[in-house]
Amino acid sequence: MKNSDSPTTNSAPTTTPALHMADVRKVYRMADSEVVALDHAELTVAGDEIVALVGPSGSGKTTLCSIAGGILAATEGSVTVGDEEISGYNDKQLTTFRQNQVGFVFQSVNLVPFLTARENLLVVDELGRRQGKPARERADRLLEELGLTDRSKNLPSQLSGGQKQRVAIGRALMNEPKLVLFDEPTSALDTELGTQVMELIRSEMKSRGTAAVVVTHDERITEYCDRTVHIIDGVLAA
Amino acid sequence: MKLALRELTRRPGRFVTATLILTLIAVLLMFLGGLLDGLTRSATGAIRAQDADAIVYSEASQAAFLRSRIEPSTRAEIDSLSGVTETGGLGVVQLGARVPGNGPRDLANVAVWGYELAPDGVPNPPAPGQAWADEILKADNIEIGDELLVGPARSPITVIGWVSNTSYNGQGGLWTDVDTWRSVLAANRPDAVLAEGVFQSLVVRAEAGADVVAEINLAVGDEVIALTIPDAINEIPGVTEQQTTFNQILGVTVVIALVVIALFFALLTIERTALYGMLKAIGARSRTIFAGLVAQAIVVTLIAAAIAGLLVIVLDLLIPPGSIPLYISLTRIIISIVLLLFAAVIGCAFSLRRVLHVDPASALGSSQ
Repeated sequence: MKNSDSPTTNSAPTTTPALHMADVRKVYRMADSEVVALDHAELTVAGDEIVALVGPSGSGKTTLCSIAGGILAATEGSVTVGDEEISGYNDKQLTTFRQNQVGFVFQSVNLVPFLTARENLLVVDELGRRQGKPARERADRLLEELGLTDRSKNLPSQLSGGQKQRVAIGRALMNEPKLVLFDEPTSALDTELGTQVMELIRSEMKSRGTAAVVVTHDERITEYCDRTVHIIDGVLAA
Repeated sequence: MKLALRELTRRPGRFVTATLILTLIAVLLMFLGGLLDGLTRSATGAIRAQDADAIVYSEASQAAFLRSRIEPSTRAEIDSLSGVTETGGLGVVQLGARVPGNGPRDLANVAVWGYELAPDGVPNPPAPGQAWADEILKADNIEIGDELLVGPARSPITVIGWVSNTSYNGQGGLWTDVDTWRSVLAANRPDAVLAEGVFQSLVVRAEAGADVVAEINLAVGDEVIALTIPDAINEIPGVTEQQTTFNQILGVTVVIALVVIALFFALLTIERTALYGMLKAIGARSRTIFAGLVAQAIVVTLIAAAIAGLLVIVLDLLIPPGSIPLYISLTRIIISIVLLLFAAVIGCAFSLRRVLHVDPASALGSSQ
């Protein structure tokens, strides 16, 4: 499934946006200089929108993603995910926020190597809400939806690349996040597999009405997203 | 913590090296502790066994039996004190004994005791010329009925039964009546012979709650020194020095365990930096990750300690009694386990800083 009628500019959302970044700056201070990793970034992602964030290495994509996901705190500006303003959060509050509101699919280390597929989904619950049975039921449902029921007891080393990515997607959806951040989700996959994964990402996000930001340097991935935002040297293209 | 314990069960091979090294260290710790306990028991058994509230030596003797003299008049004064219920004379001479069937140079080291009040586990004084023998003397091929020839004067003493844990300065006790002890002393140590009624020391029993040590030191402190049993044990020459030396060695061993654990878990933490970054990104707190590390260290240490405990118990059973002064007790094993667990927790603490500094942004690639 590919993007068919995507708006090319930031349109005003009619419902609460999943992400709203206003005038966000991230500055790293060195001994006698400073590095501006993100400069006056303005970005709004609608409640069920999939946005591709494209830029070369060092352009600030990861910094933007980290701030949106509550991993890094912005130096200036405001960041709101759903209806939660996280700009002034301390480390403890950001950790709780990440447990409950955001999902991540990472580029490299995604899964805990000594946990089964099912346990990799449940680790989110063990680290956060500790709901127990409801979490286990949700994990089983997600595995079924992702076509992994018969692999639920397999370790990551026993899964293919595509299956691992599906488990990572399931893990990202476990806490019913408002926003899922994908960091180069297809970089380690061949073209065919990458296509399958992107189709899965789009169908899963859309079926749940969950917003996503897909960080990539691969322009082909943008076909699966509603909108593409370019970033160069920490500045989002208008 | 669940995560950390799952890693232990799913990837036990990762922890085998550390467990092996810790097992060896635990064996060393327990064995050294057992040696310390055995040496201490072997040196102090006769004093520990005294069923008394105080032991009295002469003031200038520095609590050494051979230098001590308690005159009858002093004893009478002590007897008259309000808290004192009874006193008993006690004396010892340490000699070599010829054992039937052993070679002429293969002497058994014995401590011949003369006593009036029976220590714990020792029957009342036997008939003249007889003795209750400490069972460590079995290692010298001594049997009940053997007539030992004690000292250069070859004083005859017949063994009529066994007692245990009554050795003194590493020498097995021969518990005889006072007359036999005096005659052995006179025949073999004429320089140390004592007049009738004079003893090297007194054991004192007191009424419940009476501070008889203070009473005696107050009443006749210019002539004698009264000590509690624990204090008297510490005064035995070499005991305190031995304990200090061994405890220092045990302390160094614990430090080695701490270093091993610190190094192992530091390496493990470095190896897992990427994994910790990912876990932190999805919401793991540093304290959760650190608690997992500590849990792993504790489990590994407990497994090592359990194996070591079994090994030293087996070792203790295999070592012939009396050959080396090894005493393995549950208390010593538990103390060793507690020390190792302490080392495990402190050793892990060296990884805390590294865990705290793992950047969750690293899971998303460069943090800049």
